[in-house]
Amino acid sequence: MAQRVLIAEDESNIVESLRFVLMREGYEVSHALDGAEALSLVRRETPDALVLDLMLPKLSGYDVLKELRADVATRALPILMLTAKGQAHDRQAAEDLGVDAFMTKPFANSDVVAQIARLLGSDA
Amino acid sequence: MDISQLALIAALGFAGLLFLIAFLADREGRPRWLASPVVYTLSISIYCTSWTFYGAVGSAARNGLEYLTIYLGPTLVFIGFWALLRKILRIAKRDSITSIADFVSSRYGKSDSVAAVVTILALLAAAPYIALQIKAIAASFQVLGSAPGDLTGAAAAAPDPVVAFWITAGLALFTILFGTRTVDINERHLGVVAAIAVEALVKLVALVAVGALAVWGVADGPSDLFERMADSAVPLDTPFGMRWVGLILLSGAAIICLPRQFQVTIVENEREGHLFTAAWLFPLYLLVMSLFVLPIAVIGLDVLPEGSNPDMFVLTMPIAEGRTDIALLAFLGGFSSGTSMVIVSCIALSTMISNHIVMPLALRSPGARLQGGGDVRRFLLVSRRLSICFILLLGFIYLRTGASGEGLASIGLIAFVGAAQVLPALLGALYWEGANRRGALAGLIAGGIVWAYALFLPNIFGGVAWWDALAEAGPFGQAWLRPGALFGLQTDDALMHALFWSLTFNCIGLVLGSLSRLPNPIERLQAALFVGVFREEAGAGTLRGGAASADQLFDLAQRIMGADRAYDIFRSYARGQGAATEFPTVDDAFIAHLERRMAASVGAASARAMILSVTGSETISLDELVRIADETARLMTYTSEVTRKSDEIERAATQLKAANDRLRTLDRQKDEFLSQVSHELRTPMTSIRSFTEILSGTHDLKPEEQERFIGIIHAESIRLTGLLDEILDMSVIESGDGERALEPVDPEAALDQALDACLGLLRTGDVRVETARVDRAVLVQGNLARLSQVFINILSNAVKYNTNDAPVIHVESQVTADDYIVVIADNGAGIPPEEAQTVFDRFSRGRTAGTQIGAGLGLAISHAIVTRSGGTLRLLPGSGGARFEVRLPLSEAESLA
Repeated sequence: MAQRVLIAEDESNIVESLRFVLMREGYEVSHALDGAEALSLVRRETPDALVLDLMLPKLSGYDVLKELRADVATRALPILMLTAKGQAHDRQAAEDLGVDAFMTKPFANSDVVAQIARLLGSDA
Repeated sequence: MDISQLALIAALGFAGLLFLIAFLADREGRPRWLASPVVYTLSISIYCTSWTFYGAVGSAARNGLEYLTIYLGPTLVFIGFWALLRKILRIAKRDSITSIADFVSSRYGKSDSVAAVVTILALLAAAPYIALQIKAIAASFQVLGSAPGDLTGAAAAAPDPVVAFWITAGLALFTILFGTRTVDINERHLGVVAAIAVEALVKLVALVAVGALAVWGVADGPSDLFERMADSAVPLDTPFGMRWVGLILLSGAAIICLPRQFQVTIVENEREGHLFTAAWLFPLYLLVMSLFVLPIAVIGLDVLPEGSNPDMFVLTMPIAEGRTDIALLAFLGGFSSGTSMVIVSCIALSTMISNHIVMPLALRSPGARLQGGGDVRRFLLVSRRLSICFILLLGFIYLRTGASGEGLASIGLIAFVGAAQVLPALLGALYWEGANRRGALAGLIAGGIVWAYALFLPNIFGGVAWWDALAEAGPFGQAWLRPGALFGLQTDDALMHALFWSLTFNCIGLVLGSLSRLPNPIERLQAALFVGVFREEAGAGTLRGGAASADQLFDLAQRIMGADRAYDIFRSYARGQGAATEFPTVDDAFIAHLERRMAASVGAASARAMILSVTGSETISLDELVRIADETARLMTYTSEVTRKSDEIERAATQLKAANDRLRTLDRQKDEFLSQVSHELRTPMTSIRSFTEILSGTHDLKPEEQERFIGIIHAESIRLTGLLDEILDMSVIESGDGERALEPVDPEAALDQALDACLGLLRTGDVRVETARVDRAVLVQGNLARLSQVFINILSNAVKYNTNDAPVIHVESQVTADDYIVVIADNGAGIPPEEAQTVFDRFSRGRTAGTQIGAGLGLAISHAIVTRSGGTLRLLPGSGGARFEVRLPLSEAESLA
């Protein structure tokens, strides 16, 4: 059974490129356009990994992250955080909150694929 | 026994009594009544000389009530102007003033020349006055000697030179014995004051006795007296005129300016409070003295032979009535009047001569050796004794040469005019800070010369051929310079003529002289100390007199250097003295030690002055005062400089802090902006890069996928360009650089342009537009293209974010009295309240809308444009779709239309 990746991203073009890239790698991809939707989808669909944009409408990436890490069910969910704010303190804040990987936009498609593969390690 | 022999014995006996009183009063532990204000007041009555005692009756017999003016002047001064006397008194006490010359010169920068001029003027004026006393005493002897055979008093007309000489010599001896037994630092003579107070009583009792004899002995009481007065030759209808005013002014000036009056009123004063008693008691004394003058004159004219000398009525009238006892009493009264005046005048003048003429000369002469206190004392005493002899000799010479057959009163008035020359300088000293040495000298010399030329010299040389010729034709034939009619002022009254011109020139000299030069620092300091004597004292009480205690010194020291340091100094010095106490024994060495320590804090002169103020051992000299003033001034300049500097620094610091804060804010805003720009740029670039990688790395893409991805790359590139354009726009509008100037534009035209531009967008979105527009052209200050940009932005937002199935945009414009208003509303979801706050912030793109079209700068730019045009752009509150209002003030041209 293919591993499932949820993309939480408000930029539809970015969602589209990520979906294309990850689907070609054999992942099953679903997406959310804001933080709240992302949270509910994680709980409903229990994806194997989450690609989370930092600046999301309604609920920011940080808030989603906090929620997920506070919940026993989602505490171990591998999360790759994406941000267009490439500043060091953002990365630090994200890592403190327990992200597994952190990438700055624009990213190389291959890096995203490699990171997801690493996060889902054992099965890759 | 002859009555004149009796008189001689009485005079000598009386002199002996006075000497005894003076001796007792000078001793330690003198009786307390001597310190009473009554004694002080009685001593002031030396104003009433033999001129007043004998001459007032003569004056009344000749000129009627005019004699009263001589009493009215002093009365007015004591009742009306005692504040002036108090001011002089306060300054004189503070500065240990010794004479009127000292007072005036001290005010004008301690000027030797001013003091010398005042002294010479006083000496010249005193000579006829003293001659007058000698003449009166001599005359009274001779009149008594020729009585009762001759009651006319004719003997008084030509005083016997031998009698006059012995009287002069006797007076000299008397004065030297009285006045120069010691040299007192304050120039006070307690014994003399006691003696002249007794003499004042004798004068009063004698005149009242003679007056009582006239009213109740000769006349039959007051009513009879008034009847006789009506028939009398006394001219009672003397008109009150300018002469009266002049005489009152003159006598008022005299009571202040005469050296002897200054001596008794100011120098001999013991307590300021005594002046309050004198203010009413002295006028009362004068009133009693003047009360019987007219009766004596009337009765004298009645009972004495025709052609009798009215100046001698006080003596001759009692003799004519057979009352030798009263005549003797009257003689003693006259003797008292004369001697008390001569003694005090000589004391005052000798002090002035020795201090202001002899001493300065002696100090300047190279051979002089005046070291050691004893030598100076001796030198001063000798110079004063010689001065007394000199003054009396001058009077005697005047008596022999001048003093033509004039009445006693007129000679006295000459002296008054001379003394009055000091008045302008004195008043300037007290009330005009601008008065200076040059002015004082100019006034004194000008007034003195006019007085001497118009009054003094004519009195001496009158009757001498060359002077009479000069007086008749004027010097060098210049009629306008005649001494009796200066500048063509024709008058019979030589006294008023001289008074007018001398005081006029005096005042002009004082004012012009003072204005011609700015006062130097010493003069300024003294001026402030004199004019502001009460102000200054109100500020700080002085500790003067009495030795200092350690407590007092400690109090002073701790104020200067703080309690701890002061305590250290005191304790360590006490240990050094081997004392067990905390405070040392105060001796000269300790005071010097303390002064040096304090000098380190406040400067040497100030430390000295402060120590002196506590120890009271010396008065502060002028030089010290000046140094203190200099130091203080330097300190104050320095302090104000420091204050100014620190103010400047503080201001600069505040400005710097404000600038720094502003820069920090700007810097933070810039960082934020850059971060936002970076974020906004990264988003389209992410898509571009990602799809480019897909396109280049994926070889099995379907053609439609390729087309779609290239389309996305293209759209994101356009978005990127638009973003960059907006960022540039933003910076241009915010900085204002390169922006076109505001001009009157029609906002309706801009709105039309905007609607046209959005036509395609509106059609695509199938948006219906409803308009309600202003039906006339209006003008606002702005820029057509920019305003159009604002409207396009709002319109396109209304289309882009409108999620309604049947989108409608409502555009309404209107004009109020001041503003042009456009409201653009849509029927979309509207902007949630939490975003309403930040809708005009940069990059605050709406989050609710799922689609992302703008870069987030549009409203921020629009806001900046409208603000720059002086208008407002705001989101109107309310539910339903977003409603934006643009409000622009009408241009002036429009308002006027």
